[in-house]
Amino acid sequence: MTAPTYDLGKLHGGLRLQAHKKVSTAEAIVEAPLPSQLVVPIEQHVGEPAQPVVDVGDRVLRGQVIAEPDGEMGAPVHASSSGTVIAIERWPVVRRYGDKGPCIVIECDGEDEAFPGWDHGDYRELPPADLLLRIFDGGIVGLGGAVFPTAQKLMQARTLQVEHLILNGVECEPYISCDDVLMREHAADIVSGAQVLMHALQVDICFIVVESDKPEAIHRLGEVLAEAGDDRIVIKQVPTIYPSGGEDQLVQLVTNREVPSGGLPTDVGCVVQNVGTAAAVHDWIVRGEPLISRVTTLTGDGVERPVNVRVRLGTTIKDIVDCAGGYRDNPRYLVIGGPMTGKSVTTDEVPVVKSSNCVLVLADAPTAGPELACIRCGDCAAVCPVQLLPQQLFWYACADNEQKLREFGLTDCIECGCCDLVCPSHIPLTSDFRKAKGRIRELADEKARAERARRRFEARNQRMRLAQEERDAELKRQKESAKAAGPDAIAEILARKRKQQEDDAE
Amino acid sequence: MWEAVVTITILALVAGIGLAYAHRRLPPADSDLVEQVNELLPQTQCAQCGYPGCRPYAAAVVDGSAAINLCPPGGEDAVHRMARLLGRDPEPLAAPAVKAVAVIDEAACIGCYHCRNACPVDAIVGAHQYMHTVIADECTGCELCVAPCPVDCITMRPLR
Repeated sequence: MTAPTYDLGKLHGGLRLQAHKKVSTAEAIVEAPLPSQLVVPIEQHVGEPAQPVVDVGDRVLRGQVIAEPDGEMGAPVHASSSGTVIAIERWPVVRRYGDKGPCIVIECDGEDEAFPGWDHGDYRELPPADLLLRIFDGGIVGLGGAVFPTAQKLMQARTLQVEHLILNGVECEPYISCDDVLMREHAADIVSGAQVLMHALQVDICFIVVESDKPEAIHRLGEVLAEAGDDRIVIKQVPTIYPSGGEDQLVQLVTNREVPSGGLPTDVGCVVQNVGTAAAVHDWIVRGEPLISRVTTLTGDGVERPVNVRVRLGTTIKDIVDCAGGYRDNPRYLVIGGPMTGKSVTTDEVPVVKSSNCVLVLADAPTAGPELACIRCGDCAAVCPVQLLPQQLFWYACADNEQKLREFGLTDCIECGCCDLVCPSHIPLTSDFRKAKGRIRELADEKARAERARRRFEARNQRMRLAQEERDAELKRQKESAKAAGPDAIAEILARKRKQQEDDAE
Repeated sequence: MWEAVVTITILALVAGIGLAYAHRRLPPADSDLVEQVNELLPQTQCAQCGYPGCRPYAAAVVDGSAAINLCPPGGEDAVHRMARLLGRDPEPLAAPAVKAVAVIDEAACIGCYHCRNACPVDAIVGAHQYMHTVIADECTGCELCVAPCPVDCITMRPLR
């Protein structure tokens, strides 16, 4: 079956940004040297953190599971190289709240001995449900940065009968080029990964979407596809506009269908995966190597020679800067992720994890200028890709008006940062919205808690009432049986009792 | 003319039956308001307001016999929401409250069961003569278990 051709949808707003990508794509992917120590966080995915299954002192092999998922949502964590576990402790990591997270620290022995026994045979012979379970075991999560567990996403999609698989090679954020070089150098892996995913989902249409500023990647993918002769997979070119790589934005662009508010791409029959995720699926299912490394862009004006590196997960940034020729000079400013959605960190002891698509080293901290009052110019509304009204949201966020924030669709904000960038008053809108979202979530949690407490209270009251009724009934029954026995029987019992007491007294 | 009389009589009869049915079956409007107020309360069932639970307090607020500022766990937020809903003036909270959970010192617990009976939301588990403990996720911080403990082994630990 060949893929249908849709007219490209149109993205509202968005920005054309300075790409800064050429600097890091000049060279091929550099293999980062094996570090002496790996710091592997157990929380590298959306959902509950994985639970360590190794102890301090254990020897682990490359690809061995060192932490198992806890609960429904999660992914296992594998050792990125062979060595000895020397500690399980809190270490600085990139996270939403707080700055330290539990990590398994492995001292590498340099032998890089592989864990035996990962062999899946030919995936085409596996039923899709089994294939999904295998993908789950590989610890694969969305490598675009959102780190949603891939197997769970596919399982959800499978129950909902999707039509299209969309591979996201848009990479719209400035500086980041890891997907670009991956498509250039490992196009065959991506196509193979796409075939595995299509088999797992049982869909017949796959779009690989690439931004028009990556002609080499498009060319290389085209060559591989022509070689493979798989006409179910189609390459789509989209214009270079930030943030066209957002999941919902991509679906809109490719299929001209809008993902409903609060919904998922599966609601319009699509499932989106990053191209890096597809390559990881290939590595695991076809080559038997779980997710233990990723390509990361090491760039910015704070390093000598920006470059893309293949890094073992858990390698600290300190250990990979040499691949880019080291830092230029102090002071430097570190951002994990892109300049728009990344998170700044204060130390280079932070390990590279599944979500780290970019390490941005800037010579100076970016300055936005002093925050001024909102002049209601409406520029933010013009660029908002989700068609929200940031000026109104800002208003209500200041007033902490939860109901209005919901009404104006705060929960649909994708935190792309476009409104920040165009705001002439330099208001940090996105961070305000992030905080407001947190408060909304807190309120909702509290409400759910109250509801649960109410239900428990009512259940308890019901139980007490039933117990009381039972007691009353029992008492009544006893009284009646006493009455039935007649007054003589009662007098006899009382007399016996009295006699017993007198005996006791003697 | 008779046609009109019969029609109107039938109409009145149907409407009357409908209204009588609605009156019996549907909850009265006042209880709707009680439900709404109850929604705004934190459901800690702590009785700090002097009523035996959140719903009774909500009923008392609606019929005007209770002030709206008697719920410490709900905080100023709940007061303002109730004020808006009922069209009353917001008042400062009668007593401030800190969010907390009960913690049983398990070494000191004698397994007497008193705290279990006091807990309005069944958040304490344990059996006679055995150590008891609090399900922290379900504890509403109402403090009702603190007073009944004969060995004073329950403390309130503030959250965050």
